[in-house]
Amino acid sequence: MKVVLVDAGGSNIGSVRYALQRLGVEAELTGDAAMIRAAERVILPGVGAAAVCMARLRELDLVETLRSLRQPMLGVCVGVQLLFAHSEEDDTPCLGLLPGTVRKLAAAPGVRVPHMGWNTLQRHAESSLTTGIDEGAHAYFVHSYAAPVDEFCLCSSEHGQRFAAVVQRSNVAGAQFHPERSSAVGARLLRNFIEHGLK
Amino acid sequence: MLSRRIIPCLDVRAGRVVKGVRFRDHVDMGNIVELALRYRDAGADELVFYDIGASPEGRSVDYAWVERVSSLLDIPFCVAGGIRDVATARAVLYAGADKISVNTPALERPLLISELAEAFGVQCVVVGIDSVREADGEWRVRQYTGDPSKMRAAGLRTLDWAQQAQALGAGEIVLNCMDSDGVRRGYDIEQLSAVRESCTVPLIASGGAGECAHFAEAFSQADVDGALAASVFHSGSIAIPALKDYLHEQGIEVRRD
Repeated sequence: MKVVLVDAGGSNIGSVRYALQRLGVEAELTGDAAMIRAAERVILPGVGAAAVCMARLRELDLVETLRSLRQPMLGVCVGVQLLFAHSEEDDTPCLGLLPGTVRKLAAAPGVRVPHMGWNTLQRHAESSLTTGIDEGAHAYFVHSYAAPVDEFCLCSSEHGQRFAAVVQRSNVAGAQFHPERSSAVGARLLRNFIEHGLK
Repeated sequence: MLSRRIIPCLDVRAGRVVKGVRFRDHVDMGNIVELALRYRDAGADELVFYDIGASPEGRSVDYAWVERVSSLLDIPFCVAGGIRDVATARAVLYAGADKISVNTPALERPLLISELAEAFGVQCVVVGIDSVREADGEWRVRQYTGDPSKMRAAGLRTLDWAQQAQALGAGEIVLNCMDSDGVRRGYDIEQLSAVRESCTVPLIASGGAGECAHFAEAFSQADVDGALAASVFHSGSIAIPALKDYLHEQGIEVRRD
């Protein structure tokens, strides 16, 4: 299985790669369009600002490549935010593979932003990606922006408001939490993605 | 619902985990990776590694162990110690740390916090604050706390510094109440509550945990997001699964799966 990690400049690339290694998968880190197109699974990681990651993708001339992929692609953390049409963070146009706008989480009394820590998942729709991840399972989140709950939401979580924790639209999916740091739940999501793609 | 986090802290010196009492007299506690994995298995929500020798010795952390920990650990971890510029922070994050924590270098040059937040996002940037109550009753910040001979007052009120750090881009604050550190008489609820009221980012309690009830107090009375402890976990006097069962019985949301 040829798995690539897109080099969008996110600093969690190393830890995502290690998480795949723990599953016996060697993923190649690349910014090369031909290698990405030739892969069977594409993972788009990301930590940091959406604008910085998008600038990096443009610099590598990868925007159209990612938009036209047919194989399963998984965005992680900021990587999932890049899949949407737009991010409120620095008013950034994103890849537009999913409709809608990524918005800043609203802080409120008792609701701290960034949303940081282990939160429970609520299941919305069935997919091979979330097989074996139980209702109420905990995943590790670290983020200030989030995507809305809509028809493409597989799992949601709540922090002041409900937001999309796992999304999927045909061959494109993403997790707002960090699978590489979400213990057994995260490992299951990555293993589902590698073994079954997106069904 | 968001869980309250239980965070074992591993003080690292010369590649080993050590623990002191009131920041002095460090005793060897064991191998970094072995301890990290033991805590993961016990249900720790996150780990913090403090390279306590780094700032006073004027050097930054050695990244080989960061990479080793990252390759084996599937829970988040934060690295602190001697991170004084964006390049060093990037190296630590690229070695696999999820967050970096700055303390003394941020006091020396507060704009470091903004530079880190801009480069990596506020969610990666933790500001650690070592605080003592002085004779006049005010809480004030200490720096170079890794080495008693170099430790000194930073000339700042703790509440002011916490607010300033947040305004500059801190995504989380770890408040280390030095008067209660290592003596196991409980977290400094009064001080934690005061800082909690003055900032909106996650706040982590540090210093003073001795029994399960101390954790419950920090969560229910000071409303902290996480509680950090070292000696009670290292010595085995509190086991994390039993602690989480206790907190759950007290109606405190914790991760037990």
